[in-house]
Amino acid sequence: MPVPADGLRVALFATCVNDMMFPSTPKAVVSVLERLGCTVEFPMEQTCCGQMFTNTGYFDAAVPTVRAYVKAFAGYDYIVAPSGSCTGAVRHQHPMLARHAKDDALIAAVDDIVTKTYDFSEFLVDVLGVTDVGGYFPHRVTYHPTCHSVRVAKVGDRPYQLLKAVKGIDLVPLPDADQCCGFGGTFSIKNPDVSVAMGADKARHVRETGAEYLITGDNACLMHIGGLLHRENSGVKPIHLAEVLAHTEGGAR
Amino acid sequence: MTTTEPMRRTPAPPSGTFLGMPTFPTNAKAQLNNTQMRKNLRNATTTIRAKRAKVVGEVENWEELRLAGAAIKDRTMRHLDSYLVLLEESLTKAGATVHWARDAAEANQIVVGLVKAKGVDEVVKVKSMATQEIELNEALEEAGVAAWETDLAELIVQLGHDRPSHILVPAIHRNRAEVREIFLREMHLYGTAAPEGLTDEPAVLAGAARTHLREKFLRAKVAVSGANFAIAETGTLVVVESEGNGRMCLTLPETLISVVGIEKVLPTIADLEVFMQLLPRSSTGERMNPYTSMWTGVTPGDGPQEVHVVLIDNGRTRVLADPDGRYALRCIRCSACLNICPVYERVGGHAYGSVYPGPIGAVLNPQLRGIESDIDKSLPFASTLCGACFDVCPVRIPIPDMLVHLRHKVADKKRQGLHLEPTIMTGAQWAFGDHKHFEFMESMAAVAAKVMKKDYLGPMPWPASPWTRARDLPMPPTESFRSWWKRTRGEGK
Repeated sequence: MPVPADGLRVALFATCVNDMMFPSTPKAVVSVLERLGCTVEFPMEQTCCGQMFTNTGYFDAAVPTVRAYVKAFAGYDYIVAPSGSCTGAVRHQHPMLARHAKDDALIAAVDDIVTKTYDFSEFLVDVLGVTDVGGYFPHRVTYHPTCHSVRVAKVGDRPYQLLKAVKGIDLVPLPDADQCCGFGGTFSIKNPDVSVAMGADKARHVRETGAEYLITGDNACLMHIGGLLHRENSGVKPIHLAEVLAHTEGGAR
Repeated sequence: MTTTEPMRRTPAPPSGTFLGMPTFPTNAKAQLNNTQMRKNLRNATTTIRAKRAKVVGEVENWEELRLAGAAIKDRTMRHLDSYLVLLEESLTKAGATVHWARDAAEANQIVVGLVKAKGVDEVVKVKSMATQEIELNEALEEAGVAAWETDLAELIVQLGHDRPSHILVPAIHRNRAEVREIFLREMHLYGTAAPEGLTDEPAVLAGAARTHLREKFLRAKVAVSGANFAIAETGTLVVVESEGNGRMCLTLPETLISVVGIEKVLPTIADLEVFMQLLPRSSTGERMNPYTSMWTGVTPGDGPQEVHVVLIDNGRTRVLADPDGRYALRCIRCSACLNICPVYERVGGHAYGSVYPGPIGAVLNPQLRGIESDIDKSLPFASTLCGACFDVCPVRIPIPDMLVHLRHKVADKKRQGLHLEPTIMTGAQWAFGDHKHFEFMESMAAVAAKVMKKDYLGPMPWPASPWTRARDLPMPPTESFRSWWKRTRGEGK
């Protein structure tokens, strides 16, 4: 296995949802990045991208998360997050929030740091230049391209490139893949009925594929679709892209 | 329903007002149970999405056209005052009479006055969003004038005592069996009856509408239209349509009254080149629409000899005043955002409480009408922010960013009153604004996980019920990521 990163220093932005609810995802990121030769650091000052506040309209409440982000990650050339949505929020909303705060120092810091923030799949393909990360996952899977990963972070087909290179994987196309799953952050509780109607269609399409695992690059969307699949006792397991890539022949599940 | 109001000339719309409607989530819940509507919407939006994707894919410089469309509209809005004055000059020079209306009431008053002055008791109408917005038909009805919709879908809505549910396809929520029923039940009450043996074949239904409308076209002395574009340099109005009913209304009657939103102005005829490529492909998924009518004031001996143009503001200058909201004035009413929206596809247009539903309605209504009513306060939240609407918008209206902007306005308003949400958000700000607080919250979650010994939570009472009614909720693990990192790698980085 070649080591493309050669000690490259990378800061992990775990994201609040993963840190608290889905630690196996950032652990998997650490495992893949270290396997590829990166030196991974986890700055403790980090909290959250603030999207929950911003997208509910509470800009003032989001500003401290922007400050925490800058404090945690200033000085790093590569900040990697296992979430298209949080990466998108940092890149697309932090500059707006810094301007909302009318803080010139924060604006300057944010404008610099957003260019150094990567979604996990982007970092692997664009920065490290790898698609085969040595993964082994002998299962039938389907992938849902989450809206913010595609339309805000713009990861394109990178997750597919990475998945196709995984040994033993049976990647089945998901019908209506490009339609939103209905999570939408606080939309999921402000408009629960529409959210569930959309999620039910997504879960149905997932089941149609006969996949054992539903993969996404965003655990928040996965929590929503997975919550529906679990209620139905569908047997389909939600899993983050990073965890699939982290599995090797030595440690298959 | 049809016999209760014998004094009316036209079918009565449903009772109640848009602004009196409950919040979007409440309306949506009711609509989600409308099986027929959901099937119709699913079929119609899926078909039109595919058609649009195909014809947009054919245009090599589509992204450049989108940029051009946005740039033309932005430049026009920046100098709206001078372009409107130029439009008035050009129209007047071409023999048209220009009227200015600040709001719906003024616009309706002007149109009613013009119609009454002609001594008629009916008008034929071209499909027009501006006249739907100001509820002109009801104003005319109150003045004893019957306004007949001549667009097929608008006719179905009108005869069905219904409201439009789509900007371009107002009867998108109806299927052909329902249309047949409406025609059989209503047509004879308002003119030529539906023929005996009417089937639900689309061609047969269209034939019945054609016969029903024909006598109205031939009788009408006055027509009312909107306009897709108004060219400042020449005073030319443009109507883009599919059925030819518009062409009939624009050419047969003696008097033509066009109600036009002030954001419809374009500087020059050359600007049309861009929009005539963007609009049909984005709206009906056609390379070119079947009928494009352009008229410049009065042409002696040809077409209407009395031409009026009513330019309406009705909240548009308020939209223009907001740098983060004014993008909405770029809108050319193509409906691509409705057709792509996964929320609209499931709830239909009636849930939005306006003639402008879907993503564009969610950003336009709270700006045009303000965020006073329950429905307008809830509309900015009627989206998952999935972003599909921006991708298909031919004039690049950043709808997701604008929704967030409007949510901020609603949240600011909520903070002034007694609401639970701002309090929750202040608590959350404490928890997420500082890593030490976040770590404390994580430790609480870990304790809960140890006590409950479950992977998932099933149905729970409020406040967990909105989530757990239909979805299980995974429990946090007993060790957070950062606790694991500290345990295995130490406190340092």
